[in-house]
This record gives sequence, structure tokens and C-alpha cells, in this order.
Amino acid sequence: MHIHLHDQYQQAQTLIHGLDARVKVILTVLFILTVSLTPFGAFGAYIALFALIMATALLARIEPTYLLKRSVVALPFALAAITLPFTVPGQTLLTIPVFGGLTVSAEGVIRFVSILIKSWLSLQMAIILVTAFPAILWALRALRIPPPLIAIVSLMYRYLFVLFDEAMRLLRARAARSATQDGTRSGGSLAWRGQVAGRMAGSLMLRSFERSERIYNAMLARGYQGQLLGLEHGHLRSRDLVVAGIMVALLALILLLSRI
Amino acid sequence: MHHKIEVENLEFTYPDGRKALHGVTLVVQPGEKVALVGPNGAGKSTLLLHLNGILRGQGTIRVAHLDLADGNLGKIRAAVGLVFQNPDDQLFSPTVFDDVAFGPLHMGLTEATVRTRVQTALAAVGMQDYRDRISHHLSIGEKKRIAIATVLSMEPEILVLDEPTAGLDPRARRTLINLLRQLDMTMLVSTHDMRMVAELFERTVIMEDGRIVASGETATLLADPVLLARHGLEMF
Repeated sequence: MHIHLHDQYQQAQTLIHGLDARVKVILTVLFILTVSLTPFGAFGAYIALFALIMATALLARIEPTYLLKRSVVALPFALAAITLPFTVPGQTLLTIPVFGGLTVSAEGVIRFVSILIKSWLSLQMAIILVTAFPAILWALRALRIPPPLIAIVSLMYRYLFVLFDEAMRLLRARAARSATQDGTRSGGSLAWRGQVAGRMAGSLMLRSFERSERIYNAMLARGYQGQLLGLEHGHLRSRDLVVAGIMVALLALILLLSRI
Repeated sequence: MHHKIEVENLEFTYPDGRKALHGVTLVVQPGEKVALVGPNGAGKSTLLLHLNGILRGQGTIRVAHLDLADGNLGKIRAAVGLVFQNPDDQLFSPTVFDDVAFGPLHMGLTEATVRTRVQTALAAVGMQDYRDRISHHLSIGEKKRIAIATVLSMEPEILVLDEPTAGLDPRARRTLINLLRQLDMTMLVSTHDMRMVAELFERTVIMEDGRIVASGETATLLADPVLLARHGLEMF
């Protein structure tokens, strides 16, 4: 049994898939920059940006529901901003009778909701970008991102799955031996369970550590000298420039309108 | 061109103090296909890891007429294709293409040459259609064949394989054996698959406890049940 992430959308032949990976990386970074530069409460701009995402998804033939589901992972991180409604001064909406009365301000709520929407928008665009991961690695290299970082991302992408499989095997092995007898409860005390889980985590770490050594050996055996090399994945075509131009113009327009 | 492996009096101790090789001497003639058998922990993998300088013990090693020394490591690694036991360790790149291109790229070949080499190597193992696939989603048999392609693309003189048929189903095993038979190069293969040894290799070397305890014609060694039993091996 293997886990599959987003790979089912990687092989399609669409305008978006065919774009130069460097252009895609730059446009996505620009998009996220635009999202973060729009002021709080500029809901018209958020809707425009969302429309832009949906248009891109449509062009890339990615189902919107898939995109929405995947981007939900952003929500827990946005909760870091949960204190804003209580701390930002402004017009009081309501008072919660705990800790001697917490006041919720309208400005704070708008700011919190804005942050929530912004992180969610940024992530959706990033998900569309990730439709061709190996090309992105090449793009990062072409954009002069430090090679050790790229190597880390590349190896993580390859071995995340392997590690996950390994963890699943460990869990399954534990489940297979977690039997019960009539009249007794399975699993022992909480402390004991904790100990088992801790040892499993430790064993996973040790295995990964040993694996990393074997991988490094395999890299050395094929001539690795401290730098991952790659082939050119493509050349800039006029189509890339046109798409980039349109996208940059749209982003600038949205940003400008949201700022007036 | 076929090349030779010469190992003389090789000793190796792991950092934890465990002595894995006690004076191993072994010569593989150019073009010869040799099987390396013996129980787990006999030192087979340790020996193989010396052949392109991943591990460095005391003793002399000459591979393809080159002394194993720091200045020669690059050339030796190009001459010896070492395929590791676990293909998940061997295939570390995002796609099959990247993995097969890894060796040629690091040899400093031009882009066009790299592409041809990848094409040829994948064709040699019958995996041309897999170049854009992600290694994680392949079966073990497919991974093993691609692992071999990752060194074939470097066009080595010598192929060194660690347990190529371990964990394969009969069909994948058969495909792999046929592939190894077709590859016309010097070959040293560590394995527990005695039927493959009988079928494929003219010469067999038996290792136990870090020593070579027997070496000779495969047919002769395998016909000696007492010898096999003494070293924990059996034919069927």
C-alpha cells in the first residue's frame, strides 16, 4: 500500500502544465506577494484573486473541489491569528464573560478573517503550481536558489512517501499484535502505550538515519560530488511571456484597485 | 572492453569495532560472471562496497587497471556500476529519468549524450516507457530493473550487484535473470538465489565470517553437498 499525494494531476497537457516552470514559480510568488499586500478587509480584491485562481485551475483542468479540499490544510496555521479579534482596538462587537470580560472588536474580526482568506488564497495557487514537482525543482535551481536547499526539498519529496510507508508498516505491525483476552482490557496503561509509541518513533528515526547513509553511498557510487545536477527542462517561449504579462497586469490591477 | 577486479588481502573493521573482512583476496577476470554467496553477515555487501571506494579498508584493490586511491575515485566509480540491494536507496531522484541521468550528468557529459545514454539504458532493461514516472509508484521488480539502468547509463566496464533477485516474484525474477544474461560485461553478484547461481554464473565464491572459504567452478561447488552444508547453503 502506498500513499499518493497530488500526482494524479501531474501528467495533463494543458496551457498551465506547458508553461515554463520558472515562469510558474515566479508568478506564484508574485501572486502570494500580491495577496499579502492587499489591505485588510479588501473583500472585493479577495474575490478577484479567487476568480483568478479558479480561472487558472480551469485552464489546468484541476477540479475546484480538489483544490478547495487540499487548501483546507492552511486553516490550522491561520489560527495563529485567533487572538486578533480580542487584541486589536476598535468598535466593540460583543463581550465574552470570561477572564473578566473579553471584548471582540470589529476591526479585529475583519483582520482575522482577512488573514484566514489570504493564507487560503496563497495556498490554492501554490497547489496549482505543484502540479509538476520535478520541473519546479529545476526551476528553483535555474532561479539560483542555494543547491543544498533544493537537494533537501528534492530528497524530501522522494522519501516522504517511503517514510510514510515505513511508519504505516510499523503501525500495522503494532495493530497486528494488539490482541485482547476475555475480561482484560487491551493495551496496558497510558504510560506503557506512550512508551511503545516513543520506541516506534525512535525506531523510525534510526531506520531513516541508516537509510540516509545508504542513499548517500548510492549517490557517491554514481559520482556525486556535493552538488545535484539536472538537465534543462525547457526554454522560455513567447507563450510563457504572454501568460506572465497578462498575469502580472491582472495582479497589479487588483492590487491597485484594492489600495485606493 | 572488459575489465578486471583484483582484491588482495583486504581487511575492514566497522567503526563499532566489528571486523567484517579478514584478508580477502579475489580476482575476477575480464568478462567473467562471478557469484558471491554465503550467509547473512558473511561480509558480502561490505566487500562489494569496497569495489568503488565507498568503504576503504586496508589492502590493495585494483579495478579496471586502476589502483583504488583518492585521485582515481571518479574514474573507478565510472568504471564500476554498483547496484545496491534496496532499490529505494538507489533511486533517490524525483523521477526515473532524473535517476538514470544522475550518473552521466555527474560524469560531466553533454546534455545530448546524457539523453541518449538514459534512452539506451532504459531500453536495455525494457523500461523505456517509464522515464517520467515517479519511482515511488513502481513495483519492486520495476524498481530493481531501473536501479540497474541507473548504472548502465554510466556505461561501466564492471557491474556489481547486491542481491538482485531478493524479494522478487517468479516472473520479475525471471525477467531479471534474462537481463543479467544478456549484459555482456564483467559481473560480480552477491546473492542467496542458488538456482540463479547455477543457471547464470561460471564461477562461484563462498564467503563466511569475512573470509573467502571456497572459490571455483559453480558446477563443482554446487555438487558438493558437504561444502554447501558447512556454510549454511543449500541447492533446493
